[in-house]
Amino acid sequence: MATLNVNGKPHQVDVEPDTPLLYVLRDNLGLHGPKFGCGLAQCGSCSVLIDGKAVRSCTYAVGKVGPGKIVTLEGLGTPQKPHPVQQAFIEEQAAQCGYCINGMVIQTTAFLAARQSNPSEREIRQALQNNLCRCGTHQRIIAAVKRAAALMGKGA
Amino acid sequence: MATIETTRREFLIGTGALVVTFSLTPGREPHALAQTTGKAKPVALDQVDSFLAVHKDGTVTMYTGKVDLGTGTRIALPQMVAEELDIALDKIKLVEGDTALTPDQGPTWGSLSIQIGGVQLRQAAATARQMLVQMAVQKLGMPSADLAIKDGVIFVRAEPHRRVSYVELIGDRSFDLKVDKDAPLKNPKDHTVVGQPVPRPDVPGKVTGTHTYMQDFRVPGMLHARVIRPPAIGATLETVDESSIKGIKGARVVRQQSFLAVVAESEWAAVKAARQLKATWSKWEGLPEMSKLWEHVRSTKVAKDDVAVDRGDPKKAIAGAAKTLKATYDFAIHTHGSMGPACAVADVKGDTAEIWSPSQASHWLRREVAVVLQMDAKGIRIRYLDGAGCYGRNGHEDATCDAALISKLTGKPVRVQWMREDEHGWDPKGPPTLVEISAGLDAQGNIVGWDSELWVPQADITEWPRTLAATFAGIPQKEAINPGNIHRNLDPSYPFANQKAVAHRLESTPLRPSWIRTPGRMQNTYANEVFIDECAAVAGVDPVEYRLRYLTDPRGIAVLRAAANMAKWETRPSARRDQSGPIARGRGFAYVKYENARTYCAGVAEVEVNRQTGAIRCTRFYVAHDCGQIINPDGVRAQIEGQVIQTVSRTLKEELKWNRSRVTSVDWASYPILRFPEVPEVIMELINRPNDPPWGVGEPAACLPPPAISNAVFDAIGVRLRSVPFTPAKVVAATKTTGARA
Ligand code: FES
Ligand code: FES
Repeated sequence: MATLNVNGKPHQVDVEPDTPLLYVLRDNLGLHGPKFGCGLAQCGSCSVLIDGKAVRSCTYAVGKVGPGKIVTLEGLGTPQKPHPVQQAFIEEQAAQCGYCINGMVIQTTAFLAARQSNPSEREIRQALQNNLCRCGTHQRIIAAVKRAAALMGKGA
Repeated sequence: MATIETTRREFLIGTGALVVTFSLTPGREPHALAQTTGKAKPVALDQVDSFLAVHKDGTVTMYTGKVDLGTGTRIALPQMVAEELDIALDKIKLVEGDTALTPDQGPTWGSLSIQIGGVQLRQAAATARQMLVQMAVQKLGMPSADLAIKDGVIFVRAEPHRRVSYVELIGDRSFDLKVDKDAPLKNPKDHTVVGQPVPRPDVPGKVTGTHTYMQDFRVPGMLHARVIRPPAIGATLETVDESSIKGIKGARVVRQQSFLAVVAESEWAAVKAARQLKATWSKWEGLPEMSKLWEHVRSTKVAKDDVAVDRGDPKKAIAGAAKTLKATYDFAIHTHGSMGPACAVADVKGDTAEIWSPSQASHWLRREVAVVLQMDAKGIRIRYLDGAGCYGRNGHEDATCDAALISKLTGKPVRVQWMREDEHGWDPKGPPTLVEISAGLDAQGNIVGWDSELWVPQADITEWPRTLAATFAGIPQKEAINPGNIHRNLDPSYPFANQKAVAHRLESTPLRPSWIRTPGRMQNTYANEVFIDECAAVAGVDPVEYRLRYLTDPRGIAVLRAAANMAKWETRPSARRDQSGPIARGRGFAYVKYENARTYCAGVAEVEVNRQTGAIRCTRFYVAHDCGQIINPDGVRAQIEGQVIQTVSRTLKEELKWNRSRVTSVDWASYPILRFPEVPEVIMELINRPNDPPWGVGEPAACLPPPAISNAVFDAIGVRLRSVPFTPAKVVAATKTTGARA
């Protein structure tokens, strides 16, 4: 039995401690934001925030989470009330199949939260270099990150 | 039975919700038409009711066999119908890829969703509109010339209060009408919905985690399954030690001959069991050596020759030419590399099967599943749910057949989720492609003869590749090979006086093939467009001017000029020889008329080549594009950006690896793709021709990067790259043999 703090609420889950967090979020808690892409920490599709840091939940054992505060894509915002990063992705239409987009939004959220100023395009590309997209949505994703930074009032 | 509709109205207010409704027996669908008539909904391609239903509440359901694979057809197809039917876009509900409800419009492939699927829908809408107007003429007692339509209401233009709505005329009743291929279409100058960059309805849900993907779908009482593939492609299963997974709660083995899987109630238990299960397999080393691939291709038995073009006498023209050239181009085996491994849910009970799949081809898949289940296809219903982008036939169909078989063997609903190594290792591949071209040039450098040969596997184009489930389970199936229409564009997009192009269709190919985005057309255009660049260089002529010597098609000329203008193309022959230092820059051109029948595009690649390391970076890519009538310009842009970036990745990085037994590129470390820092800026110009038919968009521009990048590298360092991918090692090796020119 583990207690997890997910999207601001405590949840009791009855799983083996070696279970990757991804399976617990998806199968036990019914969350669909984090996706199974590789299970190998290579692609970023499964990313969630733990205490504000982007973490690959496919290789993160549930037993390791402890009191850490988990936020998934669903916890950031909703279609009616999207988080600024989500809003920017919607405005830029930055999704094709959308399978990678959870990882892109989570990584961007952690990246922008950790800085005061507007990131350069180079910095954005660096920040997302370990997130893979097969549809080739990169150009719109970069535009969405810039837009998100502007929406969040990051200084120049 | 669950029916899943994507409801436009809800999407447009931004919930991105899927409406899941339930009814109990086949033929009692929650669709007004079926409810009122008691008949199964028509799906024949010649019936209006197959495509459209007008409901009492003023909404319209449209049914299509074409599915949105992340490509934006979920908005583009409704735009076409809303326009032609004169109803508001937010009144349309869309049902995609449900074999019980949607017409079989063919698989979602070949850049044909709008060109064929959309045009069928539009004609059905035009037919419906024609009938509704005739009904209104009766009802209102006015000639049709005095009537107008707005938002599903027909009214007398001079007296707008005299009106009748579609709902009153046909609401919840069937049209009982054949599609009239002559029903008039609206004049494009009156279009208000077609041609607009309407946002996609599914993006808000995809960005907030509320969109239901195949991977998210569950049914009650469902087991989680994992398949276990042999360590060698042709191995057979010898022994299974079921006790090896005894400690894992609820996990058990499912087996039919060499088809091996584990099921469990919890997904993680299934994953662990699949990893822990001990099994022994026979030895098999039937793959050719990877380092000898091209010798293997050349020595494979030719089943037949297909002649793509045969005009004049190229052999004689080349023999008598002032200069002759010959070059060979090869293109590696590629995997689809979908970001999410395949997934499907199946519930097989007696002689019926309920199946949910992300397949691009629900109707085909139904027949495939029938083979695997050894059951009449009539009892099988397949419903589409979004998976990760597939770019052709990836693992979706195999995973679906796996789920069907495991459900049959266990008697339970089953969800199969492939792991990363299943998708990379076992999805069908884009076959290895080899092209050889000879040409003769006259004293002015003009091409007087062109002779090309292509070595590719044969294609049984109406058959699906054999499925893994049937193969391993020993279920009889047709042993077809189908890599798609890979001979297209072998004939160059220029009308040379003497030219021949022959495709040698090989009896076999090392790994099970299928189609991957722009199949064959990419490889053939790559060879043709590099070769013409080689001719231009020999002639000492600017590559764009050289192409203009031959191009007569005004639409072709227009895209060619547009691309050159956009890129500020500097007129001069390649290679440039004015650079020193480790980084050399170059630009390269490419042009294609897709399948020599439709969408025109031209592209310019800008590259930086590191002479020491051989690393190539494509910094910018320009595309000029004419697909005729544009339905949704933002959708067109997204598709072009995506296919350029994906193909830059394929061109620079991708090569599937294997040993004598199996594929060894099984994850993103062993099959690297382009990453953010390496992605080019994609700049484009769309030429809209509203009065022309709408052509395909999802594939044509993907022809451009391989040749444009090769030509740009030549421009930069004077070295020809004739083998995809253009890895640093190949650049260094080619530099040594060519002798690097500064
Ligand atoms: S699924 Fe976790 S990084 Fe790929
Ligand atoms: S949008 Fe499909 S993988 Fe990124």
